Amino acid sequence: MITAERKPLPEIKESITPYKKVLIVGCGTCVAECASGGEKEVALLASALRMDAKKEGRDLEVHEITLDRQCVYEFIDQLAELVDRYEVVLSLGCGAGVQAVAEVFPKIHVIPALNTTFIAQTKEAGVWIENCRGCGDCRLDQFADICPITRCAKSLFNGPCGGSKGGYCEVDPETPCAWHLIVTRLEESGRLEKLAPLYPPANWSKKEGKGPRKIVREDQRH
Amino acid sequence: MKPESRLKKVLAAGQFAVTAECGPPKGADPEAVRKKGNLLKGFVDSANVTDNQTGVVRLSSLASCVILREEGLDPVLQMVTRDRNRIALQSDVLGASALGIRNILCLSGDHQSFGNQPEAKGVFDIDSTQFIRLVRQMRDEGTMLGGDKLTLPPELFIGAVENPFADPRSYRARRLEKKAKAGAEFIQTQCIYNVPYFKEWMKQVRDLGVDAKLFILGGVTPLKSVKMAEYMAKNVAGMDIPEEVIDRLKGVPSGEQKKEGLKICIETIQQLREIKGIRGVHIMAIEWEEAVAQIVEGARLLPRPAVQ
Repeated sequence: MITAERKPLPEIKESITPYKKVLIVGCGTCVAECASGGEKEVALLASALRMDAKKEGRDLEVHEITLDRQCVYEFIDQLAELVDRYEVVLSLGCGAGVQAVAEVFPKIHVIPALNTTFIAQTKEAGVWIENCRGCGDCRLDQFADICPITRCAKSLFNGPCGGSKGGYCEVDPETPCAWHLIVTRLEESGRLEKLAPLYPPANWSKKEGKGPRKIVREDQRH
Repeated sequence: MKPESRLKKVLAAGQFAVTAECGPPKGADPEAVRKKGNLLKGFVDSANVTDNQTGVVRLSSLASCVILREEGLDPVLQMVTRDRNRIALQSDVLGASALGIRNILCLSGDHQSFGNQPEAKGVFDIDSTQFIRLVRQMRDEGTMLGGDKLTLPPELFIGAVENPFADPRSYRARRLEKKAKAGAEFIQTQCIYNVPYFKEWMKQVRDLGVDAKLFILGGVTPLKSVKMAEYMAKNVAGMDIPEEVIDRLKGVPSGEQKKEGLKICIETIQQLREIKGIRGVHIMAIEWEEAVAQIVEGARLLPRPAVQ
């Protein structure tokens, strides 16, 4: 999933300062799964903003809605009736959701309430780890199914570097060294020879290419 | 006269080589480089110049190498992949050769989060092993990545580093083998304090036949104090300073610790010389370049051999 973290309340408050009628739009997919922008988080933020306004004696009208997916037009269309009645949209979607909503409604100001972070795996309840950078050229099978681009702080293809200690990365001692994991997993399954060949420089054009990437699937187009 | 690598000649002649590290200043001060270079001159065969070590901005390694060359030293240009993509790396490799630099040390570099620009974007387009291979290709095949022909290939003696003490230890000799396969011709290791373990590692290296493929220079760093030793042991990943070494420093009054540190360093070099496959020593006297002369003299490595 795509993970995100909610911005601190003072930052959100400041960003909506000029507005008195706010439409808060959540997303029921990734950011709901990681508990940052789903229905529940929308309700929490809305009540925090209402309480705050009340305490300070300000007028603030807040409306809550959570779309199934904020990055897909057919769901965004549900906002069509609502948007005109508010001065601003406060989005609890990921960056893709914010931009999709803004594209559909060119005249309304859409403000992000989340910081979108990464493509994640849920490690345990309340813990998400980044394990894919979407490089567009997956070679996980060559690295014991542990991504060195994402999980090694230096994205080494022929690691490990000299800064691995006790199986952890010197850059963040709470992060396992990806290369320690790769070597150990291959050693334990008798496949260490997988690492013998020199891995050539990556083809970053599949990631960096010509700016933003696009997928066009003719079979999916109506 | 056409510049040549003194380091390569000394090693090829079967002499025990001595290199030392020289850290450039945090400013546009050529005199600081000259001063450090002159502390090393005559005591080492070649002087490494670090490349924004620990991610702290300093006078460029390439510029410092040129200054050292003017002073009559044989510089080893350290170049990290942290700050340059493959376009910049190849361009700087050509530039270094054009300016008469004849040795390069290919590294990935300390992560930017450790330095004084922690908000910087780390490049890491290619890794150190890929970089070794790339320089080798440029030099020997006269081409750049993608195959374009170079009008004049760079002339560089190609080095790399290895840390026998980092995890996973079982893989470290294999990793060195990989760097040899990529085309490294000399290796400078991480600081050695645990000599017994280093000997074990060298046995693994010899069993793989890697010592015959490249020249290995053992790395040493003189300890200035108990505090420095304890700090390094605790905070520098991949640093193995055994208790005995720290206890030895603790056993002398604080005013004598520097002297004892030098003594330990000299003894380590003497032990390294006895290890089959060790072809030289690399002295990293961090912000203590004055110590190099004493260490080299104490280890009876003077005079440095004359080369043609």
